[in-house]
Amino acid sequence: MAHTMTKRESETALEATGAVVALDFGKAWDYAPAPESPDHVHIDPRYGLFIGGRWVTPRSGRFFQTINPSTEEVLSEVADANAQDVDDAVKAAREAYDTYWSRMRGADRAKYIFRIARAIQEKARELAIVESMDGGKPIKESRDIDLPLAAAHFFYHAGWADKLDYAFHGRRVRSLGVAGQIIPWNFPLLMAAWKIAPALACGNTVVLKPAETTPLTALLLAKIIEEAELPPGVVNIVTGGGETGAALASHPDVNKVAFTGSTSVGKRIQRAIAGTHKRLSLELGGKAANIVFADAPIDQAVDGIVNGIYFNQGHVCCAGSRLLVEESVHDTIVKKLRDRMATLRMGSPLDKNTDVGAINSKAQLARIQELVAAGEEEGCERYSAPCPLPSKGYWFPPTFFTGASMSSRIAREEIFGPVLTILTFRTPDEAVEKANNTSYGLSAGVWTDKGAKIFYMATKLKAGVIWGNTFNKFDPTSPFGGYKESGFGREGGRQGLAAYLEVE
Amino acid sequence: MVASHAVSTLEHRSDIGETDEVLESDDLAGPPPQEQPLFKAGAPRRGGVGSMYALFAPPAVDAVALEERAASLGKRSLKGETKLAGLRLAIAMMDLTTLEGKDTPGKVSQLCQKARTPLSNDPSVGPCAAICVYPNHVVTAKARLAGSTVKVASVATAFPSGQSPLDIKLADTRRAVDFGADEIDMVIDRGAMLVGDFSKVFDEIAATKEACGPAHLKVILETGELGSYDVIRKASELAIAAGADFIKTSTGKIQPAATPPVTLLMLEVIRDHYYASGRRIGMKPAGGVRTAKQALHYLVLVKETLGDAWLTPDLFRFGASALLNDVLMQLEKQRTGNYQAADDFSKD
Repeated sequence: MAHTMTKRESETALEATGAVVALDFGKAWDYAPAPESPDHVHIDPRYGLFIGGRWVTPRSGRFFQTINPSTEEVLSEVADANAQDVDDAVKAAREAYDTYWSRMRGADRAKYIFRIARAIQEKARELAIVESMDGGKPIKESRDIDLPLAAAHFFYHAGWADKLDYAFHGRRVRSLGVAGQIIPWNFPLLMAAWKIAPALACGNTVVLKPAETTPLTALLLAKIIEEAELPPGVVNIVTGGGETGAALASHPDVNKVAFTGSTSVGKRIQRAIAGTHKRLSLELGGKAANIVFADAPIDQAVDGIVNGIYFNQGHVCCAGSRLLVEESVHDTIVKKLRDRMATLRMGSPLDKNTDVGAINSKAQLARIQELVAAGEEEGCERYSAPCPLPSKGYWFPPTFFTGASMSSRIAREEIFGPVLTILTFRTPDEAVEKANNTSYGLSAGVWTDKGAKIFYMATKLKAGVIWGNTFNKFDPTSPFGGYKESGFGREGGRQGLAAYLEVE
Repeated sequence: MVASHAVSTLEHRSDIGETDEVLESDDLAGPPPQEQPLFKAGAPRRGGVGSMYALFAPPAVDAVALEERAASLGKRSLKGETKLAGLRLAIAMMDLTTLEGKDTPGKVSQLCQKARTPLSNDPSVGPCAAICVYPNHVVTAKARLAGSTVKVASVATAFPSGQSPLDIKLADTRRAVDFGADEIDMVIDRGAMLVGDFSKVFDEIAATKEACGPAHLKVILETGELGSYDVIRKASELAIAAGADFIKTSTGKIQPAATPPVTLLMLEVIRDHYYASGRRIGMKPAGGVRTAKQALHYLVLVKETLGDAWLTPDLFRFGASALLNDVLMQLEKQRTGNYQAADDFSKD
């Protein structure tokens, strides 16, 4: 775990005084630890599978540990579902679909979904703490972003449940059946909400597989669903690794597969279900361009760059991982970015002042380290924020590279960590060309004071989401999804309903 | 008016280190590479009367993102020792203020005593940085504060509106300094700012700076009257370029007065000026800061925008009257574990 910190370069004195002009973000008034207490949080020592409204022991007989990536402590053991377990879950979902859910009036489905939304709000504090313990993200993010958005997705889709006939003008809709949903580890509960809420609203039943490293909040959500007294089998949660996911995606009685995760796994799933009746939506990787023009609101753009790449340790598929900056303001932006990064606080995810938490897993840390090493080998100049790294757990300091070119690996491959690659451009069209010069197309950001330029860029950029003078903003009313190898299908908004409906 | 400014603009471009590039035949080989300063905005010029400020285009400000950042810094969790140290710092940074038509020597004297010893049972608390009064009360305040470190700040330049001829404003300033004021809190001509007469704004500040002599100059922008963050940014840069030692948000007579986003923006201008020149300008939010919690929020803005060097009364002040007792109440709460009654703190 020995990371070498790039030493902060001495600043150039700009005046004849010879004084060093550098801001000092030191210890003059340091913040004392402000930990969110996990005392009232209850995590079971072991979790079974939630199938048919009951908690069952896996037929596989196997369990695996889930750990806190900031301390490497074991939090709990969860069931490792095999193909038989998945089959049980799909059968339960099918029965629930035939018996209850497909026959229920939309207004009645809505009541259940609203109930889940309210319960998430009531238990928000507990869920936020568990999210930060299991996944490593700062409590301020799980508290202020993940949890409110998760509840908002249930509220929003509950509202649609009895209005689906008006969603696609003049066209009738019907539900699909059983949805098999596989979600990633970067926003565990929020991704569960993105998947489950529209599926239920549209009259489908669900088998959801949370990510191997972050199963706990999905299991707490299963308890909420149990307490909300949904008919048994409407939502089933099966935990496990890649094999569990493969069994779910390839199960013959699943009508719809929804996957969020890496592009390589997404491709495997698409291959596996090719030629079947199954519907598919994929939300995969990204290498988003965050484009800063010289006429941008510079200080706010610097905040937006930080939010774009260091939010959730960069474990964000739509992260602004390629900074395209107009060459005339490159040096200014880099200087300001360094000073802004000097104030980022890395440490315990449960500390309310932590800005950057732990890397989600050992494997992901190794992936980040490998790509950062590749960037250094290619001669790019690395800068890492001067954060002391805790001795236990998985950590990587906020980092950026300058001097990269479009052909650098760090400019092409998704790093999925707190690592920014800075590139320059000269004209808007060059910015468009470079932004689109990627196999991905999930998101992009544009920073300029000129409204017309934002609209011009938005028409040219091949990305599913384009933010103007902001970044990483999410709302259940706004469709989210990608172009090219970032996947297809939309989640959220009216457009997101189409992924869970047959539109006749 | 406009045309004459354009002319003076060109004349002054060389003053701020830029030259018009005219391509001549022997320039085709290109100029030798030059070390360009990264931050060109607001190079300091302490011009006298008649100075003009060049046309300038400061970076744009995005209101939504600015407000979001200011609000996010209000979420820092400050506990225990951090809170105590912050509260003590806030007291040391306070310009205890009374600016009323009904101010009297008695009132001002009591305020001076409060500034010297904010908490009668704990002499380690305080003193405040300064007291801020009208010119007529400078002599009283100066006498009452003799032997202490508490400075006397006087408002001047036809405070609060600034709607008087320049010679009156300058006389106002000189008299306040003659009476013994250590610091002058002037107001800018907001009317001139809003019609785009930046030269007038600049010249008046520069002239006031000259009239201040040794006294420190704080320039009040009255941000609540400027209407947008872009204009506030421009006014901040003008004030600094014209010689301000501090820039200050408000008179306290207009709502809204100081707000976290406005303060953050002004701190960012100060940062750009520091990058460009190495010179540290001070900041004073005034008006509307009433609670200890608000004061700590402002300190977080300073700490995370400008860093350690600005966490001192030399470079950051609060202009307030009601704030002190709330901070004292929080200090006593930290010390004793209980909130004291409001009447346990002197109301001066």
